[in-house]
Amino acid sequence: MYSRAYKLLISVPPILWVALFLLFPYALMFAHSFWSVSDGVIFHNWNLSNYRTLIHNPLYWQVLLRTAGIAGSVTVLSVLLGYPLAYFLSFNAGPRKELLYQLVIVPLWVSYLVRGYAWKTILGSDGVLNGFLQYLHITNEPVSALLYSPFAVILMLTHIYTPFVFLPIYASLEHIPRLLVEASQDLGASPRSTFFRVILPLSLPGLLAGATFAFVLSLGDFLAPLLVGGPSGTMIANLVQSLFGAAFDWPLGAAISILILLFTLAILALTQRLEKRWSFE
Amino acid sequence: MNSSSNSAAHRSPLLAAYAAFVFAFIYLPIVVLVVYSFNRDGVGGFPPRHSTFDWYRQLFADSAIWDSVLNSLLVAAGAVALSLTLGLLAALALDRGTFPGKALFRRLVLLPLILPGIITGLSMLMFAVFAGFQRSLALAFFGHGTALISVATTELFAGLQKMDRRQEEASLDLGATPWRTFWLITLPNLRLSLIAAGLLIFTLSMDEIAVTFFLIGSDNTLPLEIWGRLRRGITPEINGISTLILAASMVLIVVWYHLRTRSEHQ
Repeated sequence: MYSRAYKLLISVPPILWVALFLLFPYALMFAHSFWSVSDGVIFHNWNLSNYRTLIHNPLYWQVLLRTAGIAGSVTVLSVLLGYPLAYFLSFNAGPRKELLYQLVIVPLWVSYLVRGYAWKTILGSDGVLNGFLQYLHITNEPVSALLYSPFAVILMLTHIYTPFVFLPIYASLEHIPRLLVEASQDLGASPRSTFFRVILPLSLPGLLAGATFAFVLSLGDFLAPLLVGGPSGTMIANLVQSLFGAAFDWPLGAAISILILLFTLAILALTQRLEKRWSFE
Repeated sequence: MNSSSNSAAHRSPLLAAYAAFVFAFIYLPIVVLVVYSFNRDGVGGFPPRHSTFDWYRQLFADSAIWDSVLNSLLVAAGAVALSLTLGLLAALALDRGTFPGKALFRRLVLLPLILPGIITGLSMLMFAVFAGFQRSLALAFFGHGTALISVATTELFAGLQKMDRRQEEASLDLGATPWRTFWLITLPNLRLSLIAAGLLIFTLSMDEIAVTFFLIGSDNTLPLEIWGRLRRGITPEINGISTLILAASMVLIVVWYHLRTRSEHQ
């Protein structure tokens, strides 16, 4: 029913734009990962030396492991905070449900930087938490280990991603037919087995979506480590950033970026398949 | 039966307490931030003792901050216009276009939403160097607009899928040109999706750091201005601007819910 001209007019501009300004830049990143740099000049000689460097230098593995550890901790903590909250709202909150739901959503609109900054003022050695601890005479001297540590990065990212994790879990809990829960109870299942055998399995797709979200977003973060992480909280994206900055080795930085990209896409492909398998519709 | 699904087993005080704890965790930093923006003795220390508006006075006299606010507003407004235009076309193309590589195109558009911001930002930086563009505010606008096509396309495609096709069919059958049908039927039907996508894109652009970081020149956006100051140390002035950002976000949220509930009642 739509004419050929109409179809061309709607398709050609976005395809061209996306190809030129999105696909081409990503392709350029890919190309750089096979090039090399010498004396501040990039040479277009195609080889795998950047990838070889990454495999053979233990520093990169160490940072990669730490990054995966931080992202994993953020994921687990966000789920541990987000799931019970979603469960409470979905099954327990009664008439206040809508209001509480909005209260979880509001922080999503609050700037990432503002929330990161807030943690910096709380955790710093002259910060609010140290002031509070000294006020209560729990400590006499400021505890300086709070800020500039992997712990601070985990805390900040968990704070940011808990509402993100909450959303899909809540949506999946809301979709569970209440008749199933009632049937389980009427047939004599304990609340515990109702949860583990009915509710939890049915909410797995939402849980998986939320967890993936938190993991993937934490994995590529370079701002939280700069803001609250300090040297011991350096993550893989910080290496990329420094290679593109002072170190001026774009090809090596591009190679790490491509590895992050492939890792991210692999995780997403895997969880998409699992989500499909676990969904009950 | 409703009462049985909320049986005593479900109504555990422990769970309620835990939910309260999670709420406290989510809100505590935000509350601390706001409270200390009024603290005369600056950020840190406990309890905050003397209240003052001095930090706000200092903030309002700080022209670098307000220049960066203006820059951010310009970039965000431009990004909304650019990404809504291209996102609308992309959504229409995905909805009713026929071209090879459609599935690939759908995935490609979404990449900036899925990939870490640093990868998209650096790719665009490489492109800018390749094409001979200088790092600038204009480049940041261009980067935001292009990356956020993902959000516009997703929202508008969902809107198109929900739309009643028969109105468009009737319009075309009765002899209206596709152009006229687009203006009189398609666009008004998408109004709410357009507003929703616009608000979301505006907020995301105002808050964006990862992509902006690599594309910006000497003129800062607000997040990058704050970022630069944080590297030098913390001042309650930043608590002040954060509190104002918070208030502005609240206004946007209220506007958004107002629009949404009004359309649901229609």
